[in-house]
Amino acid sequence: MADKAQIQDAIKTQGEVVRKLKTEKASKEHIDEEVAKLLKLKAQIGGDEGKHQFTLKTAKGTRDYNPKQMAIRERVFNTIIRCFKRHGAETIDTPVFELKETLTGKYGEDSKLIYDLKDQGGELLSLRYDLTVPFARYLAMNKITNIKRYHIAKVYRRDNPAMTRGRYREFYQCDFDIAGQYDPMIPDAECLKIVHEILSELELGDFCIKVNDRRILDGMFAVCGVPDDKFRTICSTVDKLDKMSWEVVKSEMVNEKGLSEEAADQIGQYVSMQGGMDLAERLLQDAKMSQSKQACAGLTDMKQLFSYLQLFQVTDKVVFDLSLARGLDYYTGVIYEAILTQTGPVPVAATQNGAGEKAEEGVSVGSVAGGGRYDGLVGMFDPKGRKVPCVGVSIGIERVFSIMEQKAEASAQKVRTTETQVMVASAQRNLLNERLRLTAELWNAGIKAEVMYKKNPKLLSQLQHCEDSGIPLVAILGEQELKDGVVKLRTVHSREEVDVSRAELAEEIKKRTSDV
Amino acid sequence: MAIREKVFNTIISCFKRHGAENIDTPVFELKETLTGKYGEDSKLIYDLKDQGGELLSLRYDLTVPFARYLAMNKVTNIKRYHIAKVYRRDNPAMTRGRYREFYQCDFDIAGQYDPMIPDAECLKIVHEILSELELGDFRIKVNDRRILDGMFAVCGVPDDKFRTICSTVDKLDKMSWEDVRSEMVKEKGLSEEAADQIGQYVSLQGGMDLAERLLQDAKMSQSKQACAGLTDMKQLFSYLQLFQVTDKASAEKVRTTETQVMVASAQKNLLEERLRLTAELWNAGIKAEVMYKKNPKLLSQLQHCEDSGIPLVAILGEQELKDGVVKLRTVHSREEVRFSYTASLSV
Repeated sequence: MADKAQIQDAIKTQGEVVRKLKTEKASKEHIDEEVAKLLKLKAQIGGDEGKHQFTLKTAKGTRDYNPKQMAIRERVFNTIIRCFKRHGAETIDTPVFELKETLTGKYGEDSKLIYDLKDQGGELLSLRYDLTVPFARYLAMNKITNIKRYHIAKVYRRDNPAMTRGRYREFYQCDFDIAGQYDPMIPDAECLKIVHEILSELELGDFCIKVNDRRILDGMFAVCGVPDDKFRTICSTVDKLDKMSWEVVKSEMVNEKGLSEEAADQIGQYVSMQGGMDLAERLLQDAKMSQSKQACAGLTDMKQLFSYLQLFQVTDKVVFDLSLARGLDYYTGVIYEAILTQTGPVPVAATQNGAGEKAEEGVSVGSVAGGGRYDGLVGMFDPKGRKVPCVGVSIGIERVFSIMEQKAEASAQKVRTTETQVMVASAQRNLLNERLRLTAELWNAGIKAEVMYKKNPKLLSQLQHCEDSGIPLVAILGEQELKDGVVKLRTVHSREEVDVSRAELAEEIKKRTSDV
Repeated sequence: MAIREKVFNTIISCFKRHGAENIDTPVFELKETLTGKYGEDSKLIYDLKDQGGELLSLRYDLTVPFARYLAMNKVTNIKRYHIAKVYRRDNPAMTRGRYREFYQCDFDIAGQYDPMIPDAECLKIVHEILSELELGDFRIKVNDRRILDGMFAVCGVPDDKFRTICSTVDKLDKMSWEDVRSEMVKEKGLSEEAADQIGQYVSLQGGMDLAERLLQDAKMSQSKQACAGLTDMKQLFSYLQLFQVTDKASAEKVRTTETQVMVASAQKNLLEERLRLTAELWNAGIKAEVMYKKNPKLLSQLQHCEDSGIPLVAILGEQELKDGVVKLRTVHSREEVRFSYTASLSV
């Protein structure tokens, strides 16, 4: 537009004026006056003229992790991995993308959320949607029949932000799975034991682990008169009970899914039931339920599970809950979900966590882990259809991060982003070489040390850096100290100083920082 | 995975020892973020399918995402490490065994500081990591873009050929000087004279002493750029000395000759003896050189060894000749050992 072009010219001219004034070192007032004119002109057309028109952002639904977030993340991973290792799990890793055909047909409706790579003339690829299908592919490909493995990595889902606010498209999943033919329910019980350990060690507050079984659910639907072809869809409605009231759920079953009111009422009776081994026992005696062979198998295994959980001492937090459904695309047996029971504001980012989302969405607020048994998945990959039974759990790591980040924010304690033990500093000038020399000595002795990249930094700046970064000690060099062969070791927060001989410095630092 | 874990632990503990923070970025970036940053290699970038949203590409390295992170968060100072996988659609026919998904392990210091100190710390870190990983002996070569450009300028390389000549010079670690020279002259159209001048320089290796010498070099000192680079190189080496890593750091390029020993003498009138010994070495199949001067100064002969990268010098003297021995000196360490004349041949 002519106007814009004119203004741009004016900006150019005015820019020259300002530059000239600055070169001539004109008076500040004069320069400021002309700069103000320039800014006004720029404001008229808005935006950064001359700079590249460039959007500086991460892709939608993704985010960077800054050092504070990484420090928290590292702590969380360490706790979780320690637990996995305590249980003898190995770890594997798989590529971020798979052949498109590997992922096709495994996620049902959610397939539309898969990120595809552009066809660039080679194989058609897609970003992994979870860690379970890659795991099954890995087992089939390497003909593995037994493994206990954990896998912590990011997965990708093209969630539509309009529908699911705050959901990330790239997020961590933290999976633990046991593959192999074993005596029933023992590995299943170990998975629950692991969830219990992790949630306890992370100190997220009180939690509850709900368990149910696909066979019990299917059996229940059958004896309540649900037609076979409606099992899945009724199941996903029942799954909404953690978010919606029974009235609303019943209404959806009857009005939207075409279920008879009678069947709905019968389901209603069962899904309100919660308990422990006693509930399983009662249902086995239940006139209706006991008619389903499937349900009986599930209930018998449920009793067995609880007996193992008692031996593992985790029954305080585990509840057999008939309303627990979860997307059942590949679950064949026991299913479980862990929720935090403390109420509180739910951080936006935490409404999605991928917890136990073995192929499905629908995570309730407060859910931090989920999983179950899936015996048929590996067989789908194996050319001979050989089955490898699997059971596993996925920890909702993003939710855990959010909670930890909030806790860190709220607590007085600072989260350190480095592990530096000592800052090598000097109060006097011209001691850079000495500082560098001492720093290298400390590094060589395995001490975590930093030095300022300045020839003559002020002591105050160096101390300030210690305060900002949480560095506990500072080793101060001075002419006299160098002559005497000592270093002044100062505790940053108390300001106490003591002279330490150069030779003993590393040891002294190690001693003091191991108490921290 | 167990091996990987061990390697990462070693590397990460080194980074942490130096006070580095850790960041992470998404596996894909906006396509426009990566556009125009990788030159010819842009064709190796994995794009995501256009599924109606933003156009995305998988990250090609960790450096461009780092720069984007700094700009986006207005960070002016940071010392960070980042270990993550990157993606390149390498054509396996051309580059056998190259993975398309592979780990990169980056350490970077961003910010305005007094010159060369952070640069020296990066080298210290490489030294520590390679030592701790116990991969065997290693060497860290250093140079400077300004020295290279300055060198090209004073050798008569036209400005517009700098980059392309540079990438040819880069092949010296894989090709002989003859082949490199040939490519410069025949393929890149450089004059033979310029190529020869470059040849003299790129054979140079050394430490701070080389930087000092080049600052005195008649031709090189004409380039302001080169001088700036050389001054900084001296500064760098002084810091590397304080950091105790100069054993592995050496400046500049590979050798253009394979001479094993220089036959020299400190005293006058020993040309015949030198020639005689040199011939004996040649007869024994040893690659030897002797200076074409009746009475060269020992220093000049030693200097030639340093310039050409000749590792040993056999020094003759009146007393040694009487005793029937030769002083064999290791050029870089200055250690000397006396060998009997005949035995020295087999060393």
